[in-house]
Amino acid sequence: MTEQAGFPLPSQIADVPGAENWRSMYQYFTRFQPEDDKRFWFYNSMHFPEPMPAFDTITGEVPYQAIGANTARLFVFPTTLGIEHRIVNGRVYITANPVLDPAEMERRAAEFNPRAAYYFENWNSLYEGWKDRVRALIAEVESIEVPQLPEWEPADVVFGAVGVAQNHYLRENFQRVLALYSKMWHHHTEMLMLGYGAYVVFFQFCQQAFPEISDQTIGRMVAGIDVIMYRPDDELKSLARLAVELGVDDLFIQGCVAADVLSALEGRGEAGAKWLDAFAKARDPWFHVSSGDGFYHHHLSWNDDLTVPFAALPGYVAAVKAGGITPRPTEQLIAERERIAAGYRDLLNTDDERAAFDQMLGLCRLVFPFVEDHKFYCEHWFTTRFFQKVKAFGTLLAARGVLAEADDVFHLHHTEIDQALADLALAWAAGSPPLGAGHFQPIIAERKRMLKVLKDWSPPPALGPVPEALNDPAVRMLWGITSERIESWLNPDPDEVVGVAASAGVVEGTARVLFDVSEMAELREGEILVVPVTAPSWAPVFAKIKAAVSDIGGSMSHAAIVAREYGMPAVVGCGDATKRIRTGDRIRVDGDRGTVRVLEG
Amino acid sequence: MTFVVTLADAADAATVGGKAASLGELARAGVAVPPGFAVTTEAFTAAMTALDADGALRAGIEALSADVAEIARVAARFRALVAGAPLPAEVVAAIESSYAALAGDAGDPDVAVRSSATVEDSAEASFAGLQDTYLGVSGAGAVADHVRRCWASLYNDESVAYRRRLGLPEDEVAMAVVVQRMVAPRAAGVMFTRSPVTGDRSVVAIEGTWGLGSALVSGDVTPDSWVISKITGEITGRRVSPKVKIHQYLPNESVASPAARVTVADTQADLRDAPCLTDDEIRALAAVARRVEAHYGAPQDIEWAVLDGEQAPDERVVLLQSRPETVWASRDTSPAGAPKPRPADHVLSLFGKPL
Repeated sequence: MTEQAGFPLPSQIADVPGAENWRSMYQYFTRFQPEDDKRFWFYNSMHFPEPMPAFDTITGEVPYQAIGANTARLFVFPTTLGIEHRIVNGRVYITANPVLDPAEMERRAAEFNPRAAYYFENWNSLYEGWKDRVRALIAEVESIEVPQLPEWEPADVVFGAVGVAQNHYLRENFQRVLALYSKMWHHHTEMLMLGYGAYVVFFQFCQQAFPEISDQTIGRMVAGIDVIMYRPDDELKSLARLAVELGVDDLFIQGCVAADVLSALEGRGEAGAKWLDAFAKARDPWFHVSSGDGFYHHHLSWNDDLTVPFAALPGYVAAVKAGGITPRPTEQLIAERERIAAGYRDLLNTDDERAAFDQMLGLCRLVFPFVEDHKFYCEHWFTTRFFQKVKAFGTLLAARGVLAEADDVFHLHHTEIDQALADLALAWAAGSPPLGAGHFQPIIAERKRMLKVLKDWSPPPALGPVPEALNDPAVRMLWGITSERIESWLNPDPDEVVGVAASAGVVEGTARVLFDVSEMAELREGEILVVPVTAPSWAPVFAKIKAAVSDIGGSMSHAAIVAREYGMPAVVGCGDATKRIRTGDRIRVDGDRGTVRVLEG
Repeated sequence: MTFVVTLADAADAATVGGKAASLGELARAGVAVPPGFAVTTEAFTAAMTALDADGALRAGIEALSADVAEIARVAARFRALVAGAPLPAEVVAAIESSYAALAGDAGDPDVAVRSSATVEDSAEASFAGLQDTYLGVSGAGAVADHVRRCWASLYNDESVAYRRRLGLPEDEVAMAVVVQRMVAPRAAGVMFTRSPVTGDRSVVAIEGTWGLGSALVSGDVTPDSWVISKITGEITGRRVSPKVKIHQYLPNESVASPAARVTVADTQADLRDAPCLTDDEIRALAAVARRVEAHYGAPQDIEWAVLDGEQAPDERVVLLQSRPETVWASRDTSPAGAPKPRPADHVLSLFGKPL
């Protein structure tokens, strides 16, 4: 590949007509600079498949300051600094800053080695402590109060000599919410980069020893079977069984409404109470699972929106009555994983290679619980609580007339929310109405309109000159971006969607394109699911489909792992499958090659 | 003297040749091979003794210099002699009775007659092997004729020149011949129990085409190809090629010459771009390949055929040959890694150098 055969330069991207004012939504430090034309950027469709609402840019701003701090400053990775991100037409592009000077690498390695070794040597105890710290952050963010600005302060504030009024806490508490989110992200990356490192060495070793091995097969040797990801779905199945056992299953019929079912159960005496008790236990924490992967405010958890679990429950109840739900064959899956690992191990040529294989696989198994489960604590549990807390500030601002509705808060950058809160603090103190409505409401209306326009823009998969070689194994594993992918971006076949081969097999069938897990009732048995991204909350649909295709994800993503368990083909990380495939299209999913072909549109 | 042994009993490569011994070993290991027999090197020796009792003719060949024209002249004369001279009566009788036993009640079945070299030297074996597979031979007399033709191929110009260049003695030259029931495969080809491209031992690589495998070996078609993981059974590579030509064996045609029973034709349109194997057949082939590799304890290069029929795929697979894979076996591959003092050192050294 040469520099000429290329992608547009950042400076060549034209504003989307009708959304020329998109820059007003985003901070100055997210804009492409003239010198950025010299670097290769790729569209982070994995995390940011949609145009960014102004508040949601925090899911770029904060994670990238945490990841970069971890690699560049905390552990001092020898070959890499941090990641830079830019926003254009609402889409997030990123590039990594490598360290290229060998002397500098050596200087950094001297710091890196003891620091990283300490984490690996103490991995399990550090992970236990990590869980405590993150649970504490979750409890703290949930405990933060949104000041309700009463007419008068409670008398205790005076008699207790507190001396500080509620309007002070508007900004302090909002800033605490932001600060906790930032801390969560620092913990998120605390062990993750090293964990990925363990994967990468094992992937590299396997690819060297077995050049034909697929990423998905390596993934199967590593995969944890008893991981949190499966838990929410397992809980639903248990609740379905319990409903049948207690004789309250008649309430769970297709199309049932959560609130109606719950109030009906209250009238069902002891059986109803027992079910509701089990339901309450399952909800906390297992229903804190997000319908997305925690990068947008509209990715709600099951707890935020019970539609999803109550759309899945009737199917499970019917299955229980029809003869029972087969539980996940955990032991069989573990045996299969061990068989595969032993099979490859036996094929190695020397005892030395087998010893190295054992060390690397052992290291992967050590880090896997963290690498897999951190998502539940961070992206799902903490993040859905975080967005709900921000929304509570939105509810206050709406109640005070600043916003038209609570969700509008997500169309303001956090610094703008801070301004609105300052305005409100002043107004409450002065006894006058806040001025924010006149200022922010037209801005928000314009931003909502622009986001709709920007949604139809097809962002180039990459920008700038293509690097000589793109062989970073971490990028390849997690982002699915390889030299071959870049080649296919440059020379696209109009009928073929190219992604990551995530689970083997080839099937043809009818596509069902769903954008949100709440639409799952539309899905028919035996269809092929095409979605932007899947998360654990999508698990119930896998029992109905015969293949899965997603815009976002790599060989270790949720859709990939679940599809391998079900033994169905999956192609993930396609970028724009949900745009190019329509419900009703006849498609062929080739999970061996990582392609999806539209046979009949 | 043992002039003929059935394939099931063929074991001693020195008398039945490598191909027959290998087929015998496959059969004894429970792998389906077309039934047949081997005409031994003792039969060859008996025949040579009959036509060159004092060894003078072969001494004449041994005395040849490297002169190409002279080799061509002497070798041609000797080949004509070997191919034309009647076989000793005992050898003919042995072939006739084995052929009859193979036929059973089937009249004069069609057979394939192929050389089975005893020499270890693969270069010599490949010269000899080039032109001495005869398909669709029918009748004991024709079988005997083709046995002689196989023997005569030992004296093709390239083989003689090769032996002269290396100064190999002519009186040690010998060849056995395999006679096997013909199969009319729906698809046939080759497979390797490691990737021929990368040397990866965790996969079976299969190449196949419609009809006889000769279309593939001769280069008349670009075969379909598949890569299957030995460990997971997943088909991780598929390439379906336009198979323009098809080599077919037509058992029921009443054509005079056996050679005419093997036809080369344009592949019918609806088959050309269709895969010549189903996924179940691919898996059945890979399973047989693994069994054969495990039996020999080394990667194999296998010729296979899949027959038509209603039976399960694994009952329709027959092997025509298996030999050790030689290309990657002779290559030094650098180890994929070595243990380090602490497992985490692998990660430290990964990040310590540019990715």
